[in-house]
Amino acid sequence: MALPPSRPGPFSFAPARLRLPAGHPFFEDGDVRRHLYLQGALGGGGAEEAEAGGGPGPCELFCPAAGCGEAFGSLESYEHHYQLLHRAVCRSCRRPFPSAHLLDIHLLEWHDSLFQLMAQTRNMYQCLVESCAEKFKSSKDRKDHLIKIHRYPPDFRFDKPMKSKSTKMKSPSRGHTVPMDVNVNFCEHSSEDAMEIGSSETAADKAHQPGMENPLVSPASDTRFSRTRIPPSVCFGQGSTRSFRSGKKRA
Amino acid sequence: MLSPASASAGLAGRRSGRRRCCTAEELRARRREREAALRSARRQQQLVSKRLLWEDTLTDEGQVGTDGGTTAPLSEQEVSELLRNIQKGTEERIKSLRHLRWGLQHKESQQKFIRLEGSMRTLIGLFTSNLADLQMEAAWCLHELSHSQDPDVMKACLPATSYLLTYLSGHSIALTELCLYTLGNLAVETKVVKKQLLPQGMIPVLASCMQSPHMAVQEGVGYALSQLLQSTEAAEEIIPLILDSSLSQHMLRLVCSNLEQGVGVAVEFAWCLHYIICSRVNNSLLISQRALPTLVRLLLDLASMTTATSAEGLELLVCPVVRCISNLLAEDETCDGELQAQAECLLRAAFVCIRSFLPKHLFIVQECLWLLSNLTADSPMLCSALLGLDLFPLLLQLLHCQKASVLVLTVLCNVAAKGSAHCQALHQKAGLPSLIGALAVSDDQAVNHVLELLHLLFLHWPEAALDFVDQSGLQALERHRDNLQVQEKVEALVRIASQLAAPPQDCPLEASADDL
Repeated sequence: MALPPSRPGPFSFAPARLRLPAGHPFFEDGDVRRHLYLQGALGGGGAEEAEAGGGPGPCELFCPAAGCGEAFGSLESYEHHYQLLHRAVCRSCRRPFPSAHLLDIHLLEWHDSLFQLMAQTRNMYQCLVESCAEKFKSSKDRKDHLIKIHRYPPDFRFDKPMKSKSTKMKSPSRGHTVPMDVNVNFCEHSSEDAMEIGSSETAADKAHQPGMENPLVSPASDTRFSRTRIPPSVCFGQGSTRSFRSGKKRA
Repeated sequence: MLSPASASAGLAGRRSGRRRCCTAEELRARRREREAALRSARRQQQLVSKRLLWEDTLTDEGQVGTDGGTTAPLSEQEVSELLRNIQKGTEERIKSLRHLRWGLQHKESQQKFIRLEGSMRTLIGLFTSNLADLQMEAAWCLHELSHSQDPDVMKACLPATSYLLTYLSGHSIALTELCLYTLGNLAVETKVVKKQLLPQGMIPVLASCMQSPHMAVQEGVGYALSQLLQSTEAAEEIIPLILDSSLSQHMLRLVCSNLEQGVGVAVEFAWCLHYIICSRVNNSLLISQRALPTLVRLLLDLASMTTATSAEGLELLVCPVVRCISNLLAEDETCDGELQAQAECLLRAAFVCIRSFLPKHLFIVQECLWLLSNLTADSPMLCSALLGLDLFPLLLQLLHCQKASVLVLTVLCNVAAKGSAHCQALHQKAGLPSLIGALAVSDDQAVNHVLELLHLLFLHWPEAALDFVDQSGLQALERHRDNLQVQEKVEALVRIASQLAAPPQDCPLEASADDL
């Protein structure tokens, strides 16, 4: 009974799977809904307001890290403080770093006594961008690379070559070499600068500071000093300070 | 097992923009306004949005001017005084910074702030400092600035990008989250992405953030990626990088993980996948990563969630998932065998979603119909399954919905094109009255589709033509004889129907009458 498949005449329907591009008008309503959500215009109702109000009371938390003991009003602010100041910290100079990668580089370049020797024969300065595998002859080459390839700012705070420290110490007049002018007025006692001074705790750190201010002179003795007291293999739990683990990168 | 009650919670949380007290009516009016703006922006291909986080704890602490969550814009003098206080480093510093942050909600204050000499250097200095609370507060200030639409304010934020990216590898979850949203806001500018964010290693660092077990971080990564992917040059510049870094695999993992704890993460990655699949840069890669079965399983879960609880909020996830599946089904490489086991469930899930989002979110209904049409286009097996589904009558009801009728008719045409057995079943199930009723509309496109469908039915199952003539179908056709768009088809159809109906000995009338 069925007619032959060839269909003359004006009818043209043929089943087809349809593919739509992102900008197709068909998607307009859904896209608008998505963007209302992104702009926070959908309104979450009153539920979350109540939730926020029922938060923790004014109980205080104290940072358990040795020599710190700072108090916090909320778990979040304590968490943030702990992760920032006690997580990726150099044991020798007690500087905190924003990431494990930057700490590794710091340990290698500042506290590995073999580093300078090795740097004379091969490229040892790793790029600060974690995903970049390049190595350089000097920190200056690295800086050029960071600026040119990665478009980093020339005064990137976490890349202060040792040289700039000493020049800074000699000349208190701060010109263009100062990375940020936050420090201008209160530099002496503040702990603004992530790479210069350990953290907000004071007295305990001050003792260590000579060692870190001029690490070129005595990096080895400083590390040796601390090594005699704590074997490098011992790590005091998560977030404890780290030092250069000898032999790690020598292969 | 999913617990749907908590599913929409992830959408409410802290990522819901600034709350301000106003009446429901005001809110609705503002929403309509915004919607109109978004529509026109989309038509001009300039649809960009930014997301603003807000801090839960802020209201508890009772700072300056938090009544109702808003403050007045700051005057020029106030801004520079705050900046001086912040630079001075007194006890007041944190208070001033917080005050500044609240002031920076306002466009005027933002512009005043960035024009002050050294303001951004100070802010970035604090952002990279070791004083935890100052750093966090400065990060909030940067976040407020990143939310601006003003190109000058955006530009002022650019020196911060290398630091924002650096802190993504840090250990503080709150800071990482804030940096992710700030970067996501800055990423709407293609130039910024190309000139800074990509050279600074944004994609690899996002890839490592995706490994984070924290949902807040995962959602932030999803947001930042979705912003990158929406750029006009994404297909050339960004998507190849993302696919090369095997991010799609992680996206497919995260899009269906932890649904029971909230769908916020899934929403972001589902949109990412939608943008990637639409670009067609390398869909065979996604197919080889089992994107299709993964997303189908997700849609099945979502369909069951919509029936168990209010579907509100889930449309934000169902929408991109349906789009991804539909577009992947349209790829030539799509392996039918792979889908075989899930296909019937998927068909049902599409119907369940249609039912759940009707009538509030008609766009979901439309997009699910698109999915049904792609499913039925080349599969006689699925066409039979569709006809056998208990939810099939729902499809016929949608014939009367103006925005859905053409899509419904496309699905029905797909079924009819499969031959006489399908047409017979369709004739039985659908009956002709609803089709004749559909001829009464004045939408040319819908009428055209009805004509195509009738033609297929008459062609494969001539009894339908008899029935049609019996039910005054010819009169309904006559109405469109003057419509130039469909004139030719109307005439052809009248001819065919009359021919088929003419020799009564061929098709006993009783048989078709029984069907009614």
